[in-house]
Amino acid sequence: MISWSHVEVAYGGRRVLGPVSVEVRDGEWLGLIGPNGAGKTTFIKAAVGVASHTGTVSFGGRRRRRGLDVAWMPQRPHLPEEMGVADYVMLGRTPHLGLLAAESKRDVDSVYRALEKLDLLGFARRPLGTLSGGEAQRAVLARAIAQEAPVLLLDEPTASLDIGHAVEVLDVVDQLRKTEGLTVVSAAHDLTLSARFSDRLVLLSAGEVVADGRPEVVLTEETLRAHYGAGIRVMDDGDGPIVVPSRTQER
Amino acid sequence: MTQVTIPDEAPSARVGWLPLTIGVLSVVVAGAISITAGAAGLDPMSVVKAILDTLPGISIDSGLTDVESSIVFEIRLPRIVLGAIVGAILAVAGGSYQGVFRNALADPYLLGVAAGSGLGATIALSVSGDSALIAPFAFVGGMVAVGITFALGRSVGSRSATSLILAGVAVSAFATAIQTYLLQRDSDTLREVYAWILGRLVTVGWGEVLELIPYALIATSVMFGSRRLLDVLSIGDEEAGALGVDVNRVRGLVVVAATLATAAAVSVSGLIGFVGIIVPHTIRLLFGWSYRVIIPLSILFGASFLMLADVVARTAVAPAELPIGVVTAFFGAPFFLLVLRTMRGPA
Repeated sequence: MISWSHVEVAYGGRRVLGPVSVEVRDGEWLGLIGPNGAGKTTFIKAAVGVASHTGTVSFGGRRRRRGLDVAWMPQRPHLPEEMGVADYVMLGRTPHLGLLAAESKRDVDSVYRALEKLDLLGFARRPLGTLSGGEAQRAVLARAIAQEAPVLLLDEPTASLDIGHAVEVLDVVDQLRKTEGLTVVSAAHDLTLSARFSDRLVLLSAGEVVADGRPEVVLTEETLRAHYGAGIRVMDDGDGPIVVPSRTQER
Repeated sequence: MTQVTIPDEAPSARVGWLPLTIGVLSVVVAGAISITAGAAGLDPMSVVKAILDTLPGISIDSGLTDVESSIVFEIRLPRIVLGAIVGAILAVAGGSYQGVFRNALADPYLLGVAAGSGLGATIALSVSGDSALIAPFAFVGGMVAVGITFALGRSVGSRSATSLILAGVAVSAFATAIQTYLLQRDSDTLREVYAWILGRLVTVGWGEVLELIPYALIATSVMFGSRRLLDVLSIGDEEAGALGVDVNRVRGLVVVAATLATAAAVSVSGLIGFVGIIVPHTIRLLFGWSYRVIIPLSILFGASFLMLADVVARTAVAPAELPIGVVTAFFGAPFFLLVLRTMRGPA
């Protein structure tokens, strides 16, 4: 279980998040939604340990062991152009390597399993600089998966993917969640996609948790209009809520 | 768990046998050229025989006189070894700086070592006039300058690489200003300080070499041990931190080791420019981006590059000598441009 307890983050004296308290059960998929600037990325960074915060983030009641408890897929990852895809994914093995140790066969195996899962085997030797946006996104996810941490924190994992690849990538994550018992927290702007894959949604607005519950409970027209502002319609196809924009002015 | 077929050539971030062999050969060849070439006009074969004669179990008459023999063992050999060590230090320190600062233009002099050492050497000459004091003063000057850079870089608040680099720029400017003032007041020392700034590999026996060896060993061990972490740092401080790397500690350790060795090298050889930039970048262009390739090969090619540069410095205008810093830039710059052009294509 991962839990944020009274977590508050301020940048330069300005509060950007919290205090928030959220708990995610083992094996659960929590979708983090909210308008731009709501604090989704900060919420994730606090858990990763790269945003200094007050309050605590604990993993199964313990303090975080950096790199081992949580794997992070950042929203804007830094991709060294010349680095090969397999070498990049191998960086995910860093927490498992001693200071002076070299990679073992087990590390290489787990890199290639991650590449296979994300359909990147053919790209193993390709420099990151030559990948398309979607391929690069999958490489970043592969790195997070190779880390083999029990919690996966994904910040906009499908931002530069077309709808086909987006579903494919989220399916991979869902499958890993089921087979390896991963806990997933993902921040996204695509509300319909978030509803399809998450067990539970948390809606952040201005750094506060304003709604928390099953997708059909959180994604109501009233709640979304109150926090996103624009014209939004919510429908249901029997498989869960579908969120569609509606024009605020007549054609 | 599914089994995945892993291609034989899987990870590329390793130094291959071919580049490693070329590197070792370059050191051997550069060493051989250096020992046989020189102003004294010794027969190259006799020199080779004299060296083989020192090996255990081998006894060959080299035909060298005692004087010639001491030219080889007390003048040429220490100078060649010194050149190899200084070249290795400057190249590997440059490569490490480029890694920890993620800045292609970083060189070992970035944080004020050069200006601090220059000021130290100037003070030694203008106050005492004793050139034997140049080395200790230059070493202390370099370390004090970098110490101030670190103190300033941290007091700015953020511990980012940029604030450290900016502090280095400020400290360098300040030290250079004082040095210029001292030189202007005491123009007698100008020539000697200038000669030191351009770099020279003049030794008196093996003393300098022995002084430098501990620094070289510590620094190259630290940088060699950190080569994989330098690759991790290339994805940025935040992401490296999320992978469990203590970024500030790694950067601090590598910078201190590189700076200590650079200050030690500069104190005995003066400011030999360009090696710290050109060698690691040439390796990057020819053999790949990974610091697991760049660090070990920088040690080898840095050593051979400076040995060869010193051959030119000793022989081009013999019996006079060219400052080695002039040679490294004069030959290094066009070679580097050639590599850059060849590898990047006509874009």
